[in-house]
Amino acid sequence: MNTATNTPTPGRFDAIVVGGGPAGLAAAYTLAAGGAHVVVIERGDWPGSKNMMGGLIFSQPTAQVIPEFWKEAPLERHVTRREMWLTTGESVLKAAYESTDFGAEPYNSFTVYRSRFDKWLAEQARAKGAVIITETLVEDLLMEGNRVVGVRTGRPQGDLEADVVILAEGVNPFLAEKAGLSRGLKAESLAIAVKEVLALPREKVEDRFNLEEGTGAAYEIVGEITNGIPGTGFIYTNRDTVSIGVGVILKDMVDRAGEAYALLERFKAQPQVRRLIQGASPREYSAHLIPEGGYRGMPKLYGNGVLVVGDAAGMVNAAFTEGANLALLSGRMAAQTVLKARDCGSFEALTLSHYGELLKKSVIMKDLKTFEKMTPFLSSHPHFFSIYPELASAVVKELLTVDSLSKADKMHLIIKLVKSQRPTRKYLKDLYDGWRAFS
Amino acid sequence: MAIHSVVCVKQVPDTTQVRIDPDTGSLIRQGIPSVINPFDLHAVEAALKFREEQGGSITAVSMGPPQAEETLRKVLGFGVDRAILLTDRAFAGADTLATTHALAAAIRKIAAAEPVDLVICGKQSIDGDTGQVGPGLAHRLGMSQVTYICGLEGIDPEAGVIRAWRQLEKGREQLEAKLPAALTITETCNHIRYASLPDLIAAADKPVEVWTVDDIEVDRTKLGLKGSPTRVNKIFAPPVRERGEVLVAAESSAADAAAKIMDRLTEQGLEMGLAG
Repeated sequence: MNTATNTPTPGRFDAIVVGGGPAGLAAAYTLAAGGAHVVVIERGDWPGSKNMMGGLIFSQPTAQVIPEFWKEAPLERHVTRREMWLTTGESVLKAAYESTDFGAEPYNSFTVYRSRFDKWLAEQARAKGAVIITETLVEDLLMEGNRVVGVRTGRPQGDLEADVVILAEGVNPFLAEKAGLSRGLKAESLAIAVKEVLALPREKVEDRFNLEEGTGAAYEIVGEITNGIPGTGFIYTNRDTVSIGVGVILKDMVDRAGEAYALLERFKAQPQVRRLIQGASPREYSAHLIPEGGYRGMPKLYGNGVLVVGDAAGMVNAAFTEGANLALLSGRMAAQTVLKARDCGSFEALTLSHYGELLKKSVIMKDLKTFEKMTPFLSSHPHFFSIYPELASAVVKELLTVDSLSKADKMHLIIKLVKSQRPTRKYLKDLYDGWRAFS
Repeated sequence: MAIHSVVCVKQVPDTTQVRIDPDTGSLIRQGIPSVINPFDLHAVEAALKFREEQGGSITAVSMGPPQAEETLRKVLGFGVDRAILLTDRAFAGADTLATTHALAAAIRKIAAAEPVDLVICGKQSIDGDTGQVGPGLAHRLGMSQVTYICGLEGIDPEAGVIRAWRQLEKGREQLEAKLPAALTITETCNHIRYASLPDLIAAADKPVEVWTVDDIEVDRTKLGLKGSPTRVNKIFAPPVRERGEVLVAAESSAADAAAKIMDRLTEQGLEMGLAG
C-alpha cells in the first residue's frame, strides 16, 4: 500500500464518497466545484434508485448547495399549505398554515421524488467534474493502522485509495461501524416508514386538496392512526400522484406486535383520508428505516481519513420530519472541511475536526440538541398519541355541538371530561416532562 | 489480426415495468425508466472477448434521443473504446428499415477511418422484438450475415473467417462466415462480465461523440418517419396463457411420470437431437 504523500498522483482521487444520496451528492458537488478530484460510489442502478423519500425538500438549505435549483431540478409541486391533523378515528381537528409567500421564489419547500431529484443532483455533480460510479457495492474500508486510506468494492480490481473517505452510506452505517465511529443500529432510535405512491389525475389532485395549479400541500397526521404507537402519518401532493405513508418508532411497533403496512391501511381507511385518495391506483409501495436517535444517537463524525454525513451520521430532526436538508448541509460541510484539509495537506482526525466545528455552529446541531430527548420522551409517553388527540377532539366537539345544554353547563361538562381522562397530577407530570424534554 | 468491432446498442423502456393502457391498448411509457436492451449487453460481451483474443478496438453506436447517452456511458464502463450517439430529429419515428439506413451510414463513416471487421447486435430489442436491424445492416454493408448466435468458437485470422453456433427452432447449427460479418447475439452466447473498477473510472473521462444527420452521408428521404413504411394497425395485450398440464408426482412413480412426459413430447413431434 502506498504511504500518503502530499504530491498528488495522476488519476488518484482526493476523496471517495460512499453513497449517492443527498448527503453524498452534496459533498461530491461541493468538492468537485472546489477543484477536488472526487468519485461517488453508489450501489443502486443510478443515484437515487435506492432512495425512497417522497416528501419535502426545503428551498433554503438546498439552495445553499445549488443556488436557484428550482429553475432546473425535477420538482413536483411547491408547497403553499401545511396542515397538522389530530385524529381520533371518527373526527379530525386540523391546524393549517397557508402562505402566498411560499408560492413565489425562493419558495419554502417542494414535493419531490427523491429518486428523480438525486439523479439530477448527480448530473450536476458530474458536470462539475465528479466521477459517479453506480451498481457498485463498497464492501470494506482499506485501513492503515487506525487511518482510513480507501475502500474495497465488489468489482474486479476493486480497491481504490484516496486521501479521505466520506461515508454517506445511509441509515445502516456498517462502514462507519467498521471504522469504529458508529455503534450500530438500535431499534429504539429507528423509525420505520412505509409509503405508497397513488396515481390521481392532476386536476383531481388540485380539486381534492384545494390547490392552485402547480402548488402543493403537505399534511402531517397524529393520533389514532398509529394505533397508540408513537409516530405520524403523512400525505404529500405530487404532480399527478399522492404520497401517503406512516412512520412509527420501530421498537414501539415491535413491542406491540404492530405491522407497519397494517397501520398504513388503517390510515388510508380513515374517512377524511379515504375521500382524498378515492379511486387512486397504486404506483409504488416502499418501506425504509429512518435514524431518529437524534443528537444522542449520533456516531463519532470523523476519524483519521474519514468523515460521516447524512443518515449515516443520524442527522434527522424527527420533530420536524427533516432529514434530507440536514443531509445536504452536512455533506456540504464535510466537503468544505476536506477542501480545507487539502490545502494543509493533512487528513488526520485533528484537521477533520473542523467538520465538527462547522456542524456545531450550524442549525443542524442546534436543532438536534434542542430535540435530543424527543424520541425517548415520545416512546415513554405514548398516550400523547392517543389520549390528547381524543381529548382535544372531544372538547371541540362539545363546543360545536348545539343542543339543550347552556354554555356554562358545557364548560362544566368539558372540565369533567378532562378530569375523567387522567388525574390532574398526571397532566402536571406530562407538562413537566414535556418542558424538561424540550428545554 | 486486430479486430475492429462496431456494436449497435439501443436504449429501451424497462419492459418489466411497462403497463398497457386498457382503453387505447398502447404502451404507457411515461415515468418508466430506460435501460440498455439486455441482448445488446451480450453483443458488447462478444466484442470484448474478440478484443481480448485478437486485439483491436470496439466502437459502440446508438441511435436515439439525447438521453440515450446514458446507455452509451454504461457501455463505455465495460471498457469499450469509443461511443457514438446518432441523434437528430431527422431520425425520429424510424422503423427498422429507416434505422438500418442511418446506422449503416454511420458505420460506413466509422469504417472509412478504421476498417470494420464485425458489426455486432443483440438478437432483437425488447421493445420492438423484430430482430430486423442486424440482418438489415448485413445487407446494406455487404457483410456476411450470422443471426441468433448462441455460441462463438472464435475468429480464424489466417482464413479470415468467424466460426459460430446458431440457435434454430429445432436444434443448433455450426457455421463459418467470411469477415467482415454482421452478427446478432442471443443471451445464451455468453455471460456478461462484471466491469472492473478501473474500467468504470476510465469511462468517466471518455466522451460520447454526438453525430447528427449532417455528420453522415445518407439519403434523407430514407430516414425517420418519412422513410418508414411500417404502420402499426393495432396494439393489444396478448391473452393470458392457459396453465400447462401438471403431472402430480405423488400419483405415480418417477419412471411412470418420465414415460408420460416422453409420450407427450413425442406426440407433439418434438425432435430431441440437439447438436453441440
